[in-house]
Amino acid sequence: MGVGIEVSNLNAWYGTNHSLQEINLNIPGNHATALIGPSGCGKSTFVRCLNRMHETNPVARVTGTVRIGDLDIYKDCKPVEIRRRVGMVFQRPNPFPTMSIYDNVCAGLKLNGYNHSQALDEIVEKSLKNSALWDEVKDDLKKKSGASLSGGQQQRLCIARALAVDPEVLLMDEPASALDPVSTAKIEDLIFQLKSQYTIVIVTHNMQQAARVAENTGFFLNGRMVEFDSTHKIFTNPSDKRTEDYITGRFG
Amino acid sequence: MTRIRFQQSLEELKESLLVMAGLAEQSIQRAIEAYRTRDLSVCDLVSHGENAINRLERDIDQAALDLLAMEQPMAGDLRFILSVIKINADLERVGDAAKSISDRVRHMERMAAADLPVDIPRMASLATEMVRKSLQSFIEADAEMARSVLAMDDAVDAMNKAAYKALTKVMEEESHLAPQALNALMISRSLERVADHATNIAEDVIFWVQGDDVRHYKSLKTAPEPPATATAPDPPIMT
Amino acid sequence: MRDENDLRSKVRAVIDHAATGLAVLSTLLVVTPLVAIFVYLIYKGASSLSFAFFTQIPKPEGEPGGGMANAIVGSAVLLAISSAIGIPIGIGGGIYLAEYGRGTKLANMVRFTADVLNGIPSIVMGLAIYSLIVYRQQHFSAFSGGVALGIMMIPTVTRTSEEMLLMVPHAVREAALALGVPNWRSVVSITLKTASPGVITGCMLAFARVAGETAPLIFTAFGNSNWSVNPNQAISALPLQIYIYAISPYDDLHRLAWAGALVLIVLIVAAVSLVRYVTSRGVLKGAS
Repeated sequence: MGVGIEVSNLNAWYGTNHSLQEINLNIPGNHATALIGPSGCGKSTFVRCLNRMHETNPVARVTGTVRIGDLDIYKDCKPVEIRRRVGMVFQRPNPFPTMSIYDNVCAGLKLNGYNHSQALDEIVEKSLKNSALWDEVKDDLKKKSGASLSGGQQQRLCIARALAVDPEVLLMDEPASALDPVSTAKIEDLIFQLKSQYTIVIVTHNMQQAARVAENTGFFLNGRMVEFDSTHKIFTNPSDKRTEDYITGRFG
Repeated sequence: MTRIRFQQSLEELKESLLVMAGLAEQSIQRAIEAYRTRDLSVCDLVSHGENAINRLERDIDQAALDLLAMEQPMAGDLRFILSVIKINADLERVGDAAKSISDRVRHMERMAAADLPVDIPRMASLATEMVRKSLQSFIEADAEMARSVLAMDDAVDAMNKAAYKALTKVMEEESHLAPQALNALMISRSLERVADHATNIAEDVIFWVQGDDVRHYKSLKTAPEPPATATAPDPPIMT
Repeated sequence: MRDENDLRSKVRAVIDHAATGLAVLSTLLVVTPLVAIFVYLIYKGASSLSFAFFTQIPKPEGEPGGGMANAIVGSAVLLAISSAIGIPIGIGGGIYLAEYGRGTKLANMVRFTADVLNGIPSIVMGLAIYSLIVYRQQHFSAFSGGVALGIMMIPTVTRTSEEMLLMVPHAVREAALALGVPNWRSVVSITLKTASPGVITGCMLAFARVAGETAPLIFTAFGNSNWSVNPNQAISALPLQIYIYAISPYDDLHRLAWAGALVLIVLIVAAVSLVRYVTSRGVLKGAS
């Protein structure tokens, strides 16, 4: 089941660059929330603060609170722990090139010491079914490498890999931007189905995609969150003129 | 400014709709003039004008459909195009009402004149004033002006109801005047329809400008108050 | 106008052909010495190859016959010791430079040290190990020879490992971290594994280089005309034995030296090819 995310007074710096300013946000559980905004507005930085991935950059710094469920992720646990509860799918599919499809899916489990092969078989099958890839690869699980699939299939493999560790939240940073329309449609259908089990946060450049998959949308601009509301409201009658200008293409 | 072509397309759409509006207004004014003067040549003008209105209705709908499909409009742009489509339909109906009135006038030509207890010219001037005002509110993207049109509909409705009562009484008591009374009743109904279409146009303008759907407020008990947080979007660039 | 264009495109075609020709010529110039050496070695040494060569130890000076069996085995022992020292340290250094120490002063120092180490003449390396190990132990040994060769392997392995690890796309690392895998595990199981073809190539390069080194062994392994695999004793080595025979006054020994040179080259090529074959079956399987 997905949990809600509460963000209070979040500020983030890369070196001296104040990339996120006073973000306050409540992301509801078991819903899909889209984050839109022009390039460099901080939406990717924000999402990386939710699983402490921004800390992989040595000059990154954060203040403020992020609560996922009842856990303060900066005070109550280590980055490695939070990343097992909050999965991430990246813009360019990045399956592990030296591993088979099977090994890719259970990489998160195996690399963390979980090795019961019977259970792994079941988990791999369930994850691939959940990411709508099972039918296409079920005969080649251990024979084909992760990198030999098409772009759309690779991205679904990455989703399966993220789901295999049974996270509560799934973060998706422009998951379909490198894919063709058919693959994009498949991923969007997938997000729609996954909503019932996970909380999904999706960063996207594509507003029509945000409109298609997310119940709520947040608009970021210059490191601030300008408006956060139901997707319906944002796309038919936003409250802030900057939001209106962005989504009608008047700038950005 | 980005999306220049799209904004020009929106502007062209607006201009087409204004041409349509001009044709519809002209039709209704000619019909009322024909009623006043009983001049059949003016009725002919109305009939000819009908073709141009119908053709333009199809062109405007096509242009709007293309914009929806090709440009993925959002927010204010989306509401604008939707309003244009609906106002387009209402204007075409206004043209139909004008034609209806002018057909009645032709029939009246063949009848004897009669003094009937109904003030057609006053209804006509109210109805045409509503049409003019609703179109003006569209041109200026003025939601307040549009709301004032909504208030005027009650008066026309009342006049239509009164006409109905009075004319049915005439048909019962002075049956030789029944044809003229029936004619007048039909003209009154057409004018009431014109007022309704003007009301629809005003409601569409409010939807476009404020994002607020104020239709059927009497039956659905939705108060026609302006919403607290809406912001009027920039109207398309006007030349 | 069209004539001008025609002329220009003809000139371009000529230049293109000339450049291609230069490239082919350069390739030939590079390959020719290698082929020439190989052919010459076969010419001079093949006739001295025999079963005895591979199974017997050298006969006392003056007696005909004998072989270089102990030198072949000795080289194998030395290379085993040097690989055991050079490869782990080298890969460890490469991992530090690529994954942990990016941009730090220490990393810069390590890199600088590796480059300097790479440039030290092999005879100097031999002398250094002589004073550090042989002198203190008061005897020559295979161990000291292995240490000298091992240290010479380190810079190549380190630098190549670093380069190969850096070539692993950042996206792959991020994927591992985002799964909640600890950094060290990600480096070892993912990054290193992905870079392993290149890292192995680096090790092979270092291996092939030290396999033929003679100078460092003169004062450390010293050479041995008898069978010995004891790391604490002086040991024979193929390049060393070739040198000793080459400067001897006997024609027989000269012929053995040529045969030894041929065998040395063939063995190095064979070793590298074997490793390539084995690893290509394992690591690269499926990665198209």
